[in-house]
Parts: sequence; C-alpha cells; structure tokens
Amino acid sequence: MATLFQGLAAVTPLSQSNSIESNKLLFSSRRSLSERKGSNFVVRSDAKVNQVLKSGAARKHELLIPNAVATQGSSSVASASKSGHELLLFEALREGLEEEMERDPTVCVMGEDVGHYGGSYKVTRNLAEKFGDLRVLDTPIAENAFTGMGIGAAMTGLRPIIEGMNMGFLLLAFNQISNNCGMLHYTSGGQFKIPVVIRGPGGVGRQLGAEHSQRLESYFQSIPGIQMVACSTPYNAKGLMKAAIRSDNPVILFEHVLLYNLKERIPDEEYVLSLEEAEMVRPGEHVTILTYSRMRYHVMQAAKTLVNKGYDPEVIDIRSLKPFDLHTIGNSIKKTHRVLIVEECMRTGGIGASLTAAITENFHDYLDAPIICLSSQDVPTPYAGTLEEWTVVQPAQIVTAVEQLCQ
Amino acid sequence: MMIKRSINTIFTYFKSSTPHRNPNLTNLHPRRFNSTTAHNPFPSNPIHDQVIDFPGGNVKFIHEMRFISESLQHRIPCYRVLDENGEPILGTNFVQVSEDVAVKMYNDMVALQTMDTIFYEAQRQGRISFYVTTNGEEAINIASAAALSMDDVIFPQYREQGVLLWRGFTLQEFANQCFSNKFDNGKGRQMPAHYGSNKHNYMNVASTVATQIPHAVGAAYSLKMDKKDACAVTYFGDGGSSEGDFHAGLNFAAVMEAPVIFICRNNGWAISTPTSDQFRSDGIVVKGQAYGVRSIRVDGNDALAIYSAVQAARQMAVSEERPILIEALTYRVGHHSTSDDSTKYRPANEIEWWRLSRDPVARFRKWIERNGWWNDIAESELRNSLRQQLLQTIQVAESVEKPPLADMFSDVYDVPPSNLREQEKWLKETVKNHQHVYPTNISI
Repeated sequence: MATLFQGLAAVTPLSQSNSIESNKLLFSSRRSLSERKGSNFVVRSDAKVNQVLKSGAARKHELLIPNAVATQGSSSVASASKSGHELLLFEALREGLEEEMERDPTVCVMGEDVGHYGGSYKVTRNLAEKFGDLRVLDTPIAENAFTGMGIGAAMTGLRPIIEGMNMGFLLLAFNQISNNCGMLHYTSGGQFKIPVVIRGPGGVGRQLGAEHSQRLESYFQSIPGIQMVACSTPYNAKGLMKAAIRSDNPVILFEHVLLYNLKERIPDEEYVLSLEEAEMVRPGEHVTILTYSRMRYHVMQAAKTLVNKGYDPEVIDIRSLKPFDLHTIGNSIKKTHRVLIVEECMRTGGIGASLTAAITENFHDYLDAPIICLSSQDVPTPYAGTLEEWTVVQPAQIVTAVEQLCQ
Repeated sequence: MMIKRSINTIFTYFKSSTPHRNPNLTNLHPRRFNSTTAHNPFPSNPIHDQVIDFPGGNVKFIHEMRFISESLQHRIPCYRVLDENGEPILGTNFVQVSEDVAVKMYNDMVALQTMDTIFYEAQRQGRISFYVTTNGEEAINIASAAALSMDDVIFPQYREQGVLLWRGFTLQEFANQCFSNKFDNGKGRQMPAHYGSNKHNYMNVASTVATQIPHAVGAAYSLKMDKKDACAVTYFGDGGSSEGDFHAGLNFAAVMEAPVIFICRNNGWAISTPTSDQFRSDGIVVKGQAYGVRSIRVDGNDALAIYSAVQAARQMAVSEERPILIEALTYRVGHHSTSDDSTKYRPANEIEWWRLSRDPVARFRKWIERNGWWNDIAESELRNSLRQQLLQTIQVAESVEKPPLADMFSDVYDVPPSNLREQEKWLKETVKNHQHVYPTNISI
C-alpha cells in the first residue's frame, strides 16, 4: 500500500498526456474547489485537481465533467462559471444536429416520428418547423427501407442522419447496414460514398424489456466500412454528432436511453471532436479502466470508493468503438500494467471481448495481470427491476475487480 | 367485388325479413335481391350515403358484409404496340421513335445480345468466373434506357447491363469489370456483371435482392429536394418483388411523393421458382394500387411499348412528383446465371420456343426493316463487327494485370485507419516472405 501513496504524490497531470498544453492547465485551475462539490472527481493528496484531458485538433477548452453519475443533480457545479451554456444531453445532440443542418443544406434527418413530433427522445424537436418536413422526414415503420433510403440519398449527394427509435429496431436494418452501407464505397471502387450517420438510443434502460434493451455495438462491430462511436456526456455528444455528420464514412452513433437527461455546461464556441479518439476521464496510476457510454458513470462511482480505499484508477472512456483508440489505451497500459474493461454488452462477442483481444495482441508484454472484463450476462434483459439491475455491471463489482487486479 | 348472389341473399333474408313474411321464397332464390319494386321496403343499394370520418378519410357504410375478391375477374391487360411480326397494331398509340434513336436501339440490343453470348461462352471456357445474361430481356434493357435521360439515376438489380450499354459504357469497360483487372473502375472488388459507374449515373450492382429499391426511393427524395429535372429508376424481377424492401419502398415512395419509376421484369422465373410459387396476386402490377402507386403492365418483349410506357412514366414521375410502377412481362430465356442449368426445372423446348419465336430483338428488327432503316447487309456487318470487337476486348482484358494489393485496403473508409494499415503491412510482409505461394502477376 505504501507504494500507492508514493505514486499519488509524485505524478502530475502533465506527464500523463502527450498533448496537453500549459495554457489549458491555467484555464481550468481558475475553477474554485467549491464548484466541484457535486463532482466525482477526486482532489488528490497533492491538491492538484484531476482534469479531463481531451485531445484532438478542435479542442478549445478544458472542461471538468461536473457530474459523473446520471442520477445526481449538477446544478451546484457549473453555476459559478460564466462562459458556455448548460444543457441536457439530448439538447446537446440537437444543437450539434441543428448547427450542421444550418451549415450544410445537404444534411437531413429521417426516421420515425422525427418530424413534427420532434423525435421519441426529443433529439429532433422543432427541427421540422425550422428546416421543413422534407429535411426532417417522417418515415413509415420499415427500418430496413428507410435505412436503404438514406443510403440511396447519400449515394446521390445528401448527408442523411438515420434515426432508429431504439437501437434494437435497427436490427431490421442489418441487411442494408452490412451489405450496402458498409460495402458500397468499397465495391464501387470508391465511386460512391455513403456519408450517413445512423444513430439512436440503446443500452439497458429502466425496465424497458429485453427487446428494447439491445446493445447493438456487439453485432455491428464486425461490419467493415462503418465506424462506431458512443457518446456519454453532453460535451462529447455534440462533438461526436458533428464529427459524425462531417465524416464521409458511414458512422453509427450509439446513444444511451438513460443518459439523455444528463446536464453539463458546454462551450458556446463551435467544436468538433475526433471520431477515433478516446477520452481520458480520470488519470491514474494503478489500473486502467476502459469503459464507454453509461458504464462510465458506474466506473466513476466506483472510482470514488476506490480512491477512498487508496487506489488510483485511470479511467478512459473509449468513445470510439470501431476502430479502438489503441494509442491512448496503449499509453495507459504501459503506465499501469493492469486493465479492467467495464461494458454493458453481453459477455460473448461484445466490445469488451474484441478489446481484450486487441490489448492482448498489442500490449501483452506490458500486462502484469490478466485482463478482467466485466460485462452483462448472456441473457435477454429481464423486465423485473431487481433482475435488470443484476444484469448490468454495478459499481461494487467494479471495486472488487480492481482490488482483485491490484493484489 | 360482389360475392355470390346466393350468399348475399341469405344474409339479406335473415337480416331483413322473418320467415313468415314471404313463405314462397327460399333461401337460395337467386333473383330475390335483384327484383326491387316500388313496394319493396328494403333498399337496393347497400352502400349508404352517410359517411364517417375515421382516421384516413371519409368512408361510406355498407350494410352488407362483402369481401373483396382476392382477384379480379380478368387479369390486367398488357400494353403492346407491335405484334409478333413487328407491325404496329391497328389503333395503337405510342411514342414515335426517330430513325436515329430506333437504329441505335437496335444496334444496342444486338450488342447486348452478342456481348451476353460471348461473355457467357468466356465463362464456360473458364476465362471468367461468373456471368449473368439478359437473354430475352433486351427490349426492356435498351428501350427503357432510351426513354430516360442521362440525369436519371439508375438502381439496377443485376440483369440490366443493357441500360449501362446504352449510356455509353464501352465493351472494353464491361470486359475489364468481368476480368476484375486494374482498369476495372470497381478496382476488382466485385463479381463479374456487378457493374457500376458514377459518370453514367448507374449505381453499383449489389448481389442482395431488392435492396436497391429503397435506395432508389432515397435518391428520388434527394432529387426532389434539389428540384432536379430527373427521376430515379430501379429494376427488379418477379422474385425481387417478394422482398420486404419492395413493399416498403413502394409504400414510402407513395407517401413521400417521390419521383421514382419501379420497373419489374416479370420473366416468370426466380432461379427455379416459377411465379406461381412466388406470389398469388395477378403479377406485380396490381400491387401498385395497394400502395397508392400508379401502375401499368407492358409487353416486355415489345421495344416500342416499353419505350412509350417508360417515357410516359418519366413525365408523370418528374412533373407530378409521383412514383410509377411498370410491370414488363417477359421470359427469361437464359439460365439464371452461369451457376444454373435451367433445363433442370423447365422443359428445354419451352426455352427454345421463347428464344426463337419470341425474340424481342428480331421483332424490333422487323419493324425497323419495314421502315427502311435496316437491312440484311447492315445486320451481318453489325454482328460480325461486334463479335470481333468483343473477342478482342476479352483478350485485352485478360492480359491486363489485376489490381494491386493496396486496393484491397483502400476505400473501406475514406482514409485507411490504423488497424487496416497494420493489416496491409502484415499482408505485404507475408506475401514478400512467401513469394512462391502467392501469384506473381499482382503488384504489391
């Protein structure tokens, strides 16, 4: 245990990232400690505040994530700061979407109830009134067909955003996504490009039943030609949405049903995040915890407990599910030598399974312990609240796993 | 649709009268319903004037239970201009075709027929791996293409290479694709006959059936948004019309008022499945009305009928912003593909009969010859020249080297990501270290 405490004092944020700039360090330090009462970020024994490090060309501000857990209110956090504006995650998605639609007239949205109804999760609220019902198109219920429609429109010059009301419904669109969306740029010899964004809420919600609790990232990850990203905060939701729309590749943007009401203060200035980069949520020394989407919040909750127990976990939100940001992940592993993957996918064939394989192949020599992957069980998600809770990885399990890894 | 009178009568009788009222009438009296006289207290017309506004619009009531029959009494008739001898049928109305267009149409039909024959032979000789012919459907291919404009975007299934031929894809380009050499604009990534050409507005063929139908609707939506004087056109077969994408695509197009033409080549066979096992409706044309789509049935072996129908359809699609469904009846003379031997499931003499006496090319030839635009000399010159050209293109295409290894990894994304760059590096090393295993005529 002694070594752990030594480690805490010695390391500074600067050494952990290869792309941090010193002026950004200054900016974030202007924030007073009292602002972070509601935060799950740990003030370390050397009184340095852990920062959220974001790499990427478009980064303009360093921002602390004020709230790492969905259920906690965040109003106490950002009030003192004057710049930026506060909004909920679904509003951040909409803001990104709206900005891109204003910027580029070929951007359009299609899906069920996206028009005058504003979308089942309000991501497209008021867009139909603003841009017209041709650019925000209500479709009949035929996922394969309207995904195909989006592909055809993309081949002839538009940039459609295809919304699945729930990710699980996009299973009906698998044929179009795999056989056409992912392939046509390649099989046409590069003649036709498919700059579509396929998005929708997935993941385990609150008692939505098995069919509405699908995690499609595991099914889609094998399809060549598509990119997959998962957003988890209002900040990265807007940035990833914009990046996905601007990308000429087909991108699948995974949102989570339970994260739509997360609140955060995001910059007023325009920013676009990189689709292929992971996000350093909490730098640390002892163990690398890789996670994405909602599990990030369970991990950060566990991190609180872990820090109290004297551990220093490094938490990375991988964000890019295909391809993995092995650069950031690798740097972390080379430092901590221990990996824990926390995901919501099923154990078999999930993102964690692929990530385990990728890490083992590339960084085997740096590992001091076998990789632990915490996932949901290979069962359809039950409806009963207690059972549902048990299918999803909980913070207590994460704490136990870290303790096991660090023995 | 009226159901049988006797059943009508039963219900009417039970509902509107009691047994003691009309003791002379039996349940099955056939004329009871018809004999309406002034003293008859029961209304003759069961459809009321009163309407009710359910969601979807006003409907009138009918107090009789009537089922709409599963089929009309007669099949939808088929629009035809030329008879079997290439003579315009008396009283027919059709779009007149100029000599230039007609001669080009005929030339391209012959070119298509010859190309199909020679490439099929090449596959049989083992020079290419696979081929799909349009035997028997040359009129649909060429005449429909001739009636469209170059701005119209084509979404083919896989039996429409004639459309691409009409638009200017050269015989050499066809051969390059079939041999997947480095001049193939698809960079050797697709099976033979899976053509695609951006500059000819011909979208890539994908092997999946009917997936192009929603694509066409999406493209039509895009054209409508841009207010272009163009439409989307998609082709599929009788088998393709069973796929979910067909139904959803038609439905969408109608709802969205999209300028798209759906051309169904009903050639009677989906590999070995005859249309009687494919659907029980009267072909595909009747499905149009079910989705609110205007439709027509055309003789697919009559080039002029196809030309007229497609031109009219295009006019309606673009100016009225509506989808049109065209069912072209024809016969698949060839096998489904080079992987099929159709004599296994249909009689050889049936195939021969359609091939010889119902040839759409020969029929059109008779018409242009009758107009004085063609003759035997021109015919033999054309066929000989084409044969020579095609044999030459095959030889040339065969000798060109295949695409380089780098083309395996490009275009998966706009820029190859790190994992693909890694895989490419690894593969290059493997090939270099095991040169005796890998073919030497492919550049790395």
